[in-house]
This record gives sequence, C-alpha cells and structure tokens, in this order.
Amino acid sequence: MSLVRTVLGRIATYVVIALCTAFFALPLLWLLSAPFDASPTYAVRVPEHFTLGSFAEIGRNPYALRSLVNSVLLAGGTMLVVVVAAALAAYALSRVRIPGRDALLYLLLLLSSVVTGTAAMVPIFLLIFQLNLIDSRFGVVLVLSGGLLPAAIFLLKDFIDTIPRSYEESARVFGASPLQILRDIVVPIARPGLATIAVWTVVQVWGSFLTPFILLRDPEKQPAAVLVRTFYTEGGSPNLALISTFSVLYSIPVVLMYLVAWSRYGFRFHGGIKS
Amino acid sequence: LPPAEPEAAVLTRPGPTSDVVGLGRWRAVGFVAPALALIGVFLIFPALWTLYIGATDFRLTGAAAQAPRVVGLDNYARVLRDPSFYRSLWLTLVFVLGSAVIGQNAFGFALAYALRSTRQAVRRGIEALVLLAWILPSSVVAFLWIALLDRDEGTVNVLLGQTPGTAWLIAYPMVGIILFNIWRGTAFSMMLYSAALSSVPPSHLETARLAGSSTAQTLRDVVLPHIRRYALTNTLLITLWTFNDFTPFLLTAGGPNHRSEVVAAYIYNTAIVGGDMGYSGAISLLVLLINLLLALVYLRAARARRSA
Repeated sequence: MSLVRTVLGRIATYVVIALCTAFFALPLLWLLSAPFDASPTYAVRVPEHFTLGSFAEIGRNPYALRSLVNSVLLAGGTMLVVVVAAALAAYALSRVRIPGRDALLYLLLLLSSVVTGTAAMVPIFLLIFQLNLIDSRFGVVLVLSGGLLPAAIFLLKDFIDTIPRSYEESARVFGASPLQILRDIVVPIARPGLATIAVWTVVQVWGSFLTPFILLRDPEKQPAAVLVRTFYTEGGSPNLALISTFSVLYSIPVVLMYLVAWSRYGFRFHGGIKS
Repeated sequence: LPPAEPEAAVLTRPGPTSDVVGLGRWRAVGFVAPALALIGVFLIFPALWTLYIGATDFRLTGAAAQAPRVVGLDNYARVLRDPSFYRSLWLTLVFVLGSAVIGQNAFGFALAYALRSTRQAVRRGIEALVLLAWILPSSVVAFLWIALLDRDEGTVNVLLGQTPGTAWLIAYPMVGIILFNIWRGTAFSMMLYSAALSSVPPSHLETARLAGSSTAQTLRDVVLPHIRRYALTNTLLITLWTFNDFTPFLLTAGGPNHRSEVVAAYIYNTAIVGGDMGYSGAISLLVLLINLLLALVYLRAARARRSA
C-alpha cells in the first residue's frame, strides 16, 4: 500500500513539475526563434531562413541605439545619485544617534512601498508637469532616486553597522576629518555593500517602465523599455523582427547582472523591494 | 581577560548623544540632508499633495489647467457614484485575488514543495526558468505573452491545433492578465516558501511519514504551522505589488471595451490620457490609503513573525 502511494506520489510530483516547466518555458521560446527568423511572425518555429540581419537592422535604427544609451544614462544617473546620497545618509545614521532614527527609517521604507506605481502616477506626473521637467531625463532620475533611496539607505545602514568603529577612531586621533574618514576608510571597507546597492539600482531602473513612460514623450529621450513599444512597420503592424531582436539585446544586461549577483550573494538579492 | 570587556565597552561607547567618529550632530544632519530632500520632494510631497489634487478640478488643458479651483469633496462624490470606478475596483479585486493571493501563492508553494525532493539539476533548471520570468523587463514579457496568445499563430492556438483560433486577449482579457501575472510573479513566492520549508524540521516530516499520514495530513499538521506566518507576509507583499502593477496595461491597455481595466489602467486612462487630474487624484488617494493599510498590516505581521 505505502509503496504504491510512494510511487503515485512520485509520479504526481513529476507531472506537476513537467506542467510547470512547460508553463514557464513556453512564453520564452519566441525570444529564441523570432530574432533569427528572416520573416518573423508571432509563431514559435525553427527559422526557415536563418538570419542575423535583424541585429544589423537594430544598428541602423537611430532610435533603437539611442534608447539603449538613454537606458544607460537613466540607470547610471540614478545609480550615482542613490549610491552617493544613500552612503552619506547611512553612514551618518549608523554613527550618530539621531533621536527617532529607527522609526524614521521604517517610516521612509513604509512610504516608499506605499507611494509607488499606480498610487504615485498622478501626483508624480503633475509635479513634474508643474516643474516643467516633462521630457527631461534628469527629472526621471530624480523621481526614481526618491523612490529607491529609502530601501538603499536601509540596506546600507545595516551593512555599515557591521563595520567596527576602531579604524575610524584611530584615524580621528591622527586628525582626519569626517569626510576623509568616510572617503579613505569607510568607503573602501563598505565597497561590497555599495556595489550591491549600485547593481540593485541599475536593475530596478533598467526594467522600470511606468515612470519614463508617463514622463518622457520625446522618442529621442525614451529608454529602451518605452521605445520598444513604438516599433511599427510602414504598414502599421508591429515590426516583429525589430521588437524581438531588440528585446533580446535589452534583456541581456539584466540577466547578466542577476547572474553575477546570484553567484556572489545567493538568493538574498532578489528578496528586496521590487518596484 | 574576559571580565574586563564589559568595562571597556562602557568606556568606548559613551552616552547616546555622542559619536565615536566626531561627526557632530550638525554634520550628520548635513550628510542625511541630500537623501531626505529627494525623498521629501519625490515621495512624501506627492503623497500629501494627492490630498489637494483630489480636492480640485485640475485638468491638463483648458481653463482649469491655468487656475484650478478647489471643489471640496465633489471628486469623491463623483468617484463614488461612478460605475466605471466600481467596475475597475471589481476587476482589480479579481485580478489580485486570482493572480496573487491564490495563483502565485499556491503555485509558488506547490513548486517549492515539489522541488524540495527532486534532483539538484532539475531543481536548478526550473528555478532558473521561473526566475527568468520574474527578472525580464516588463515591456519584453508583455510582447512574449502577446505572441503566446496571438490569434493567428500564437503557441497556445498551435498547441490546440487551431490556426487561426481564439484571440485570447480579446475573448478572455481577465483570464489572460491573471495567467500572465501568475507566470510573472510566482518566483518570489517560490523562493520565500522554499526558505520557509527549510525551517520545517526533517524529523517532524519523517515522523509523519512513519505514522502513515497522507500528504494532505502532513501539509496540514506538520508543514502549515511552520509556514503560516511566512504565508501571511508573502500574501500581503504580493497583494501590494500586484495591486500597484502597471504591466497588465501593456497586454490589453484595459480593453477590449474596458473589460480588463484594473485600477492602474483606469487611473492612467483618466489622468494621463483624459487629463482629468482632480478626479484621478481622488482615486489615487483611495489607492494610497489601501496601500497604507496593506503595508501597516504587513509591518505588524512581520514584527509578530520576528518575535515569535
């Protein structure tokens, strides 16, 4: 009896696993076939005429390349703002006991998860509209930074808390200023933590759609996430060769960054706040 | 000498107001200021400003764009009388319940439980697939699903042996975005539950097996008590995320004929497309309050989990 049950249990487990694999793999297949098809459709099939021509077409499309540059600018700019501002704030909050510090951090973290996506769309759009920053990549960087900073400060403060203060104390005895201590002692020791925050920020911004979608109207300024939706043929139907090929190019950096983060820090990396 | 340690700690760690690196309170404030300024302007102010926006007749164009008037609670009265608001609220409820609370939760747990006892290679392969669905950019995965569900040559219709077959996103838009969001977001629940399952002592599972209890009994009596708190916090988090997710818009744009217009799509269509900021601000405030409620319950549950 129990043997039959064990066998049946095993079979059931593998059926469930096979179905799950199919469910998760099927939508991805199109990304493997369409970019290499000379005349791609929505069908998943082995290309009749294998080609790399679509990749060349991306190179010839001025908007496509520029949108990837825009994605780099947005991700790089936001990363810079978030890492610098979060490092300064996390260091001060870690080393000086400001009254109500922990409560403040929790409150900010709470706010960043509440004022997000759907809920923040109207006030953020109107704020940027009133500031005359529509169609400004700088505006997008500021908005994204504001949303990511609470979590970044929270994570970095945890990291800096684990660094012993004795180095800083000795440096202070020798007359180093707080900024020197931060630059020459804390930053080198905290480098893994700073790198985590940097990668995390880039991944968040690279994939973000809604904020640049509502704040950037000019196709010359739009990042890849937004521009990919405007690839149409002259006949008015979606240009599938361009869309599929561009999607692959645009996805590769994110996948690579996750692989690096995964091999270094394990799954913990994904557990954070996703916006 | 161990006994000397506490005294040394007292010496190097003086009163609560002083700091070892000599930063000084004002310089510390200066260090925190840039971050607080950004958070203040782009996070706190928008949240508070929503209160005001929702009380005006703000429009993107026309006279009301130049000088918006305060109209008090008119927008809220309009929202609460508006059948299309209730429709979008209902669709959101169906979307969140179906795709997150039930779909991602159950699927994530089932995967974590099934993969627990499979070979390492199989486990790694499936986890990678599930994770890929979670990390790819949303505008890319939207195209993948549009291709998958295409009427003429989509993989689903090919597998069913009908080309051209059903235009799934037009015939069943809600089912489409619910399945999509299960596919998209199960990774988080799967990872959380596999972490939670590793906290179940193997000896308890072994005892249950030896006692001859069925899988259902084991799940209920041995596994569930250990993962209950994880299940609660997981449900709250994925509810909050799904509620605020804009990606369904990329699949259906709220259509056809508003049939998949969840609140995210509804706000976009009334505010950014329609330009009716006052009215959309009133809806945004309701969304903010629901978010706040979810987040507060989450914090409570998370704290209870830590102290338990």
